[in-house]
Amino acid sequence: MTKKEELYLYTLRLGDNALILSHRLSQLCSKGPILEEDLALTNIALDLLGRAQALLKYAGEIEGKNRSEDDLAYRREEKNYYNLLLTEQPNKDFAHVIARQLFISTFEFFLFQELEKSADTTLSAIAGKTIKEVKYHLQHASDWTIRLGDGTKESHDRMQSAINDLWMYTGELFEMNGIDLDLLTQGIAVDTIPLQKKWRDCINSVLNEATLFVPKDTYMQTGSINGVHSEHLGHILAEMQYLQRAYPDAKW
Amino acid sequence: MHNEHTDSHFQKRIDDGEHIEPKDYMPDGYRKHLIRQMSQHAHSEVIGMQPEGNWITRAPSLRAKQILLAKIQDEGGHGLYLYSAAETLGISRAEMIEQLHTGKAKYSNIFNYPALNWADIGAIGWLVDGAAIVNQVSLQRTSFGPYSRAMVRICKEESFHQRQGYEIMARMMKGTKDQQAMAQDAMNRWWWPALMMFGPHDIDSPHSGDAVKWKIKRESNDTLRQKFIDKTVQQAELIGLVMPDKDIKWNESKGHYDHGKIDWDEFHRVIKGNGPCNKQRLDHHINYFNEGAWVRDAAEAYKIKHLKEELVIA
Repeated sequence: MTKKEELYLYTLRLGDNALILSHRLSQLCSKGPILEEDLALTNIALDLLGRAQALLKYAGEIEGKNRSEDDLAYRREEKNYYNLLLTEQPNKDFAHVIARQLFISTFEFFLFQELEKSADTTLSAIAGKTIKEVKYHLQHASDWTIRLGDGTKESHDRMQSAINDLWMYTGELFEMNGIDLDLLTQGIAVDTIPLQKKWRDCINSVLNEATLFVPKDTYMQTGSINGVHSEHLGHILAEMQYLQRAYPDAKW
Repeated sequence: MHNEHTDSHFQKRIDDGEHIEPKDYMPDGYRKHLIRQMSQHAHSEVIGMQPEGNWITRAPSLRAKQILLAKIQDEGGHGLYLYSAAETLGISRAEMIEQLHTGKAKYSNIFNYPALNWADIGAIGWLVDGAAIVNQVSLQRTSFGPYSRAMVRICKEESFHQRQGYEIMARMMKGTKDQQAMAQDAMNRWWWPALMMFGPHDIDSPHSGDAVKWKIKRESNDTLRQKFIDKTVQQAELIGLVMPDKDIKWNESKGHYDHGKIDWDEFHRVIKGNGPCNKQRLDHHINYFNEGAWVRDAAEAYKIKHLKEELVIA
């Protein structure tokens, strides 16, 4: 694999995470527990969508096959998507939405601080903008985790279930393959191994304040780094790509 | 003796063009009228998130999705702003939502129509927000201060919504035959309901009397409707849409477009609850409101628990 191909796939992976999580959050529009929360979740969805646009556009440029960010978003099939399994997990209830966001935003908080130091100036610039947004996402998710964990018995139980249910998707956050290692030697990619402890400490502290237990480590699901997903992604793409696929000649 | 707490003094202030502020004296009828109108307006913003939300996950480009999400977020923000403005009149948001759920409070009839193809997102922005702006520009001069100020702010964002709606329609009319057909279909379905948004003809309008005297309402339904028609017909023709009204014709002597007969039977049928989506829209709001109860309870419980801790520490 050439350096260009590696950088393309690495950038695509970052873009896919933002795109799919944004999609999941956008599904919640007009369904929030209070209007303020409807707006907050839409805000996060919009931040992620903006990030996805920037990253997919850059991925298309690196690839050099004249594919736009829309081509990459709307004309790629499931097995060529590299988003984390966690990002595609359903909005089972508000606790699951918050748990998913807490896990991801905590990870991104550390990831993008490191990526800002990347030798790739475009990735560095995108990371610099992203980190400001992620701080807010993390604050929002932490506040709600604590409120729900330390709220009523029902909210505590729901939050604990969500944490338990999604725990098995958190191993993937720190997974690296040959692409990462190659790009790491060139100062482009982030070494996620040292991030794991920081992530763990941060999650422990939030869950502790929320009076929630940290789940015991069980089997960690994996696959997305090779384009193998849960069944959920196919449905997301079927819906998202419907118009582009049904009317391939149309410009929107 | 000069008394500030009389209807005649109140009316004099109105006649002098003063704004009425929340703590000022106002007749009960004025307060009730405003609560009804402002809560309906707030509910409309919130219920209006549904037909547009129906297309977020199927928006055909990242840019389109971003614009639509941002637009719906604006609508939610307008709802929030209007609920707050209405609360200055002594009603809580919880009470207003309860009135919506029991059917005592209404929302704009237009949102009881379905958004069936992507061009509907264009039509909603262009025609529905376009009609709303005509009304809201007029309401910038309404006599109640908080409502008037809310309208000034909301109008700025609504004109952006209208432009993005028109842009979708224009782009589709320049596109493939399928896209053109979608745009015309959306135009055909939204035109007449958009005209109905201005309410019954002036001779049939039950609320206008006091509202005009109190300068809550500044222009009549028919005047506003005519303004909307006059500005919209040319926009439609410019991009090649056919007006779904064979009687639309420029009337040189009046300096306005004549239009065909509005189907008021349909208007009344939908208002009474028998539109295509009345049940769906209200059920959606009630269901998600109920589903969110445990979250609101948790937030409240957490707040009380930690307020007590702070008091103990203090």
